[in-house]
Amino acid sequence: MSTGQKNDNAGKERSPTAWSSGIVLAVVAAVCTALVTVTQRLSAPRIAENEKAYLEQSLRPALANVFYDNDLSESTLVLPPPHGLPGNETAIVYRLFSEEQPVAAVFVVSARDGYAGPIRLLVAIEYSGKLTGVQVLEHNETPGLGDLIESSRSNWLRQFEDASLEAPPRDRWAIRRDGGAFDQLTGASITPRAVVGAVKETLLYFEANRDEIFAARREPGTEQEPEK
Amino acid sequence: MSRETETLRHVKAGLWSENPGLVQLLGLCPLLAVTTSFVNGLGLGLATVFVLTCSNALVSATRRFIYREIRIPMYVLIIASLVTCIELIFEAWFPALDRSLGIFIALIVTNCAIVARAELFASRNRLVPSIVDGLAMGAGFALLLCAIGAFRELVGQGSLLARMDMLFGGEPMRGLALSDRGFLLAILPPGAFFSLALAVATKNALDRRRKKALGLLAARQLS
Repeated sequence: MSTGQKNDNAGKERSPTAWSSGIVLAVVAAVCTALVTVTQRLSAPRIAENEKAYLEQSLRPALANVFYDNDLSESTLVLPPPHGLPGNETAIVYRLFSEEQPVAAVFVVSARDGYAGPIRLLVAIEYSGKLTGVQVLEHNETPGLGDLIESSRSNWLRQFEDASLEAPPRDRWAIRRDGGAFDQLTGASITPRAVVGAVKETLLYFEANRDEIFAARREPGTEQEPEK
Repeated sequence: MSRETETLRHVKAGLWSENPGLVQLLGLCPLLAVTTSFVNGLGLGLATVFVLTCSNALVSATRRFIYREIRIPMYVLIIASLVTCIELIFEAWFPALDRSLGIFIALIVTNCAIVARAELFASRNRLVPSIVDGLAMGAGFALLLCAIGAFRELVGQGSLLARMDMLFGGEPMRGLALSDRGFLLAILPPGAFFSLALAVATKNALDRRRKKALGLLAARQLS
């Protein structure tokens, strides 16, 4: 195959000037840009819709028994680092209200010390300080070992349901191997340790800043899109 | 007639005798990285077929305007915009698969098989043969991705065809679950190399066996 018909655009008979090369390149670049622009226009509404749906869908399991009546994407706080929450990335807080009364807050934070890079977590906390659930959004942990933290692969995350800084007491917020109250995973302790640590830090932050979080106005400058 | 046999020759070359993955060993980065399951392999395979066919068609259609001196930037422009389009399409219509394949959709742009076909075939041939070549080469690559994906999923997770919903929509599907735990190594990066080696070895063994059979036949006819 590699030796097809004779190369019919060999540049022997015509040696292009820099000008004509430039013009051809510019035309092709314009056509390609138009192609991408059209595709982008066509797909943008669906992509935004998908992101919203994905947000609701990923929040739902963590908010099983929480009733709220506000639009999540309207009550988002985007906190650039340093914010005091776990992780070096931008943290996102979704605030849930029912009839203007604060009900719960959902934090998107990162556990820094995973086995393979940060673990993006979603931590849902009721106003009283009780966890309603924790979900893993993104991670690079080892398949078959560390990825058992995913809720679709094991029930490990469910032990956070209804936990708070009182139950178990805050000095027992660690995995069993470190003398704490939380199960680890067979063959993987770094991943669970990172997750437990990040959830605890988030709870401590919530305890210290609860009223500011719910009172905070959504600043006009924070319109940036939430990360996936 | 000769046209038909030539088409057949292109198809055969793409699927078997010059398979970009098995023989030319091109595009190994996506091949090794995404084939942890069948659906990932199929998704990336289809995306590659699309990009390869379109880039072949575009390069072939514009080959008279492409000066030799600037052909590489032209290929880069064409391939990069096609890949950007396919990335947007995946994000919009197959969001789950997009999350699962992640950066590797964008990395189709680095698949040497695509620029190789543009340079070696599409820039020297007419439109229709170029499209056939793109389809055949892409299909050969996609089939290899599917085969390795299915193998690794089966050995590594004990399931087959899991999560096909990422491509076709609907409720999450578990596929054929044969066992709960698999042989982990197959999912890990070394498993990708082992699987590819097995695939290449199988192809070579089949070729050798066929050659031998043909040789025997010829010898018998001679005697």
